[in-house]
Amino acid sequence: MNSALTVSALLAAAVATVAVGAYGLRRSRTTSDFLVASRTVAPHLNAAAISGEYLSAASFLGVAALIAKYGADALWYPVGFTAGYLGLLLFVAAPLRRSGAYTVPDFAEFRLNSPLVRRAAMAVVVTICLLYLVPQYQGAGLALNTILGLPAWVGPLAVAAIVIVNVVGGGMRSVTLVQAFQYWLKLTAIAVPALVLVFMASTPRPDLAGPMPPTVAQQTTVSVDTDVVVEVVDPAGVTVTGTVDGATVRDAPLSGPGPHTLAAGTRVILAPGAFAPVVQGAPQSGAAWIRSGGGLGGPHPLYQVLSIIVATFLGAMGLPHVLVRFYTNPDGRTARRAALAVIALLSLFYLFPTVLGVFARLYVPQLLMTGRADAAVLLLPTSIGGLAGQLIAALVAAGAFAAFLATSSGLLVTFAGAVSTDLLGGRVRDFRWAAVAGGVIPIPLALAASSFELSRGVGLVFAVAASTLCPLLVLGIWWRGLTAAGAVSGLTVGAVSTAAATLLAVTGWVDEDALGGWPAVVVGYPAAVTVPLAFATMVAVSRFTRTSVPADVSRIFARMHLPERLGMGVERVPRG
Amino acid sequence: MTSGRQPSGRPQRQRVVLAHRRGTRMVHTRAEVQEQTDVGDALVRGLMRAQLGLALRLAALVFGGLAAVALANSVFPALSAVTVLGIRLNWIVLGLLVYPVLYGAGWLYVRLAEGAEQDFLGVVDEGAGEGADGGGQR
Repeated sequence: MNSALTVSALLAAAVATVAVGAYGLRRSRTTSDFLVASRTVAPHLNAAAISGEYLSAASFLGVAALIAKYGADALWYPVGFTAGYLGLLLFVAAPLRRSGAYTVPDFAEFRLNSPLVRRAAMAVVVTICLLYLVPQYQGAGLALNTILGLPAWVGPLAVAAIVIVNVVGGGMRSVTLVQAFQYWLKLTAIAVPALVLVFMASTPRPDLAGPMPPTVAQQTTVSVDTDVVVEVVDPAGVTVTGTVDGATVRDAPLSGPGPHTLAAGTRVILAPGAFAPVVQGAPQSGAAWIRSGGGLGGPHPLYQVLSIIVATFLGAMGLPHVLVRFYTNPDGRTARRAALAVIALLSLFYLFPTVLGVFARLYVPQLLMTGRADAAVLLLPTSIGGLAGQLIAALVAAGAFAAFLATSSGLLVTFAGAVSTDLLGGRVRDFRWAAVAGGVIPIPLALAASSFELSRGVGLVFAVAASTLCPLLVLGIWWRGLTAAGAVSGLTVGAVSTAAATLLAVTGWVDEDALGGWPAVVVGYPAAVTVPLAFATMVAVSRFTRTSVPADVSRIFARMHLPERLGMGVERVPRG
Repeated sequence: MTSGRQPSGRPQRQRVVLAHRRGTRMVHTRAEVQEQTDVGDALVRGLMRAQLGLALRLAALVFGGLAAVALANSVFPALSAVTVLGIRLNWIVLGLLVYPVLYGAGWLYVRLAEGAEQDFLGVVDEGAGEGADGGGQR
């Protein structure tokens, strides 16, 4: 891989990000500029910015990797990531904007007139932002390691530095332009390789649905970074140096078909035409891969899919960095139009990771045996070959970098907005200090997180969002009976249950086979359990404390639901 | 906006002439809504019920449809073997066809929700655009 070309592309992406941000900075002066871009962003610009912010490492790298690995059932991730905006449009967009709030905690206080709810919501916002920054940093580390061979800590540090500079410099106003620009960069960077590969792979079409795992075309060396159990159908052409099933071997063939444990540091050499070993739990044969209903590894595939649908459909409603963008719309009507435009932009984008996932299984199947399938999109252009391949590889690297930068910027603006207005004085200086802190905290977490699949990590963050802020907003907007006590208990139950599940899933403390596999699958895909639990808690506790419904609830509801022309709206601003 | 936040009590009803609008209008229903009288509150509740009903129906349709696809794939594995133009049906549905459906549902919602708001404004601003004389019958 031509690293000079790649480095220049990465630098270009970073410089363009800072330059566009600096352009926006010229007009960022007031606190309102920093928090909500003074509420003047037009729907189409805002839709591009929302999409640019939303399409993270998980979408750019993770979706294709999951599709390459698990096949048809992984298609539910991009579908859910898009459907989430339909949920947001139907239930949240216009009333949230009309509330006149400037952050999610501010909405909570506006609706329930309780500083306690505001603090609880702030704690959830901060948690979600930090948790969501971890996979972004992790993706950056993986990308720089894959394409340039840099140590894993360089990526997180580089992304953190650029994002902090950008956010500290210009806040929301400059970030809006940066993110709109990054949507189009990402779309180009994912569409070009996909279209080139489709064009090149016209004939003869290899059999994707065959009875065997995919084969490698040329001699391929794979280094195993973390211990992994692989399933081998046909060991011919596979030689291993390192530790296999506990025994140290050197240039030895595998003992036979079946599962084998490869320890970290092992090197596997695949001869041309050899069948690539596949991580245990993922479908082996092409026939199993192309079929729906196999799930994403582990038992109870139907539950997995339904839980993914719940988490992604409701999770977008609870992502604070997405919600904060809706406050930048001029009014409720434009908020709806922006959400609709986002659905279109995401639909266009997600066509391409699907195509790349299929090609990854064909051209870089050796990634399926490591925990690094997320690198597939980055490595695919090398199979194009020639200068064109190198140029496309550089473009893809720039797109991936844009993905990390855009999402991280949005998360950091949200984090800093919530922390500075609720914990600090709400001045521009507080916003900047909060941004520095929020950018640094996730770095050690990203380095500590094991090789957890990006999309699954992000899926868990969606589960947290769907079980906390989503019920708060949906019930807060549509149900007059919600009380402060109900909101706080629901937020607590949702946050604690999903955080426990996330912790157990990342550490792997739950036995995969215990009790028919149900504990493991619920921990890995918690939303289908925790979302109803959080909603039920909020409703039940509110019923018990119904005397404390705010007295002016009618006025609050009129403000959220009436068109702006009636003049009920009041734009809230921070105290500072 | 002409009528701001009046002090407590019922203010004297006035006919207000708005300078740069399409004619003058009676503002008493508007005032009912703005001042949160029982009538105004009932109007707000009606608008909310309409919007929520619309959103719930569309969400049930789309969400139910998606769940049905997942269920069908799991109950009838043979469906995965169907191919259209050389591509598996399950991939066409989930990789391509879902997206226009999602956009269509969103488009329909925006249209109908804005329609409901227009209707509401029509009720509130009785006689809006109905000539310069105020249009009120009562």
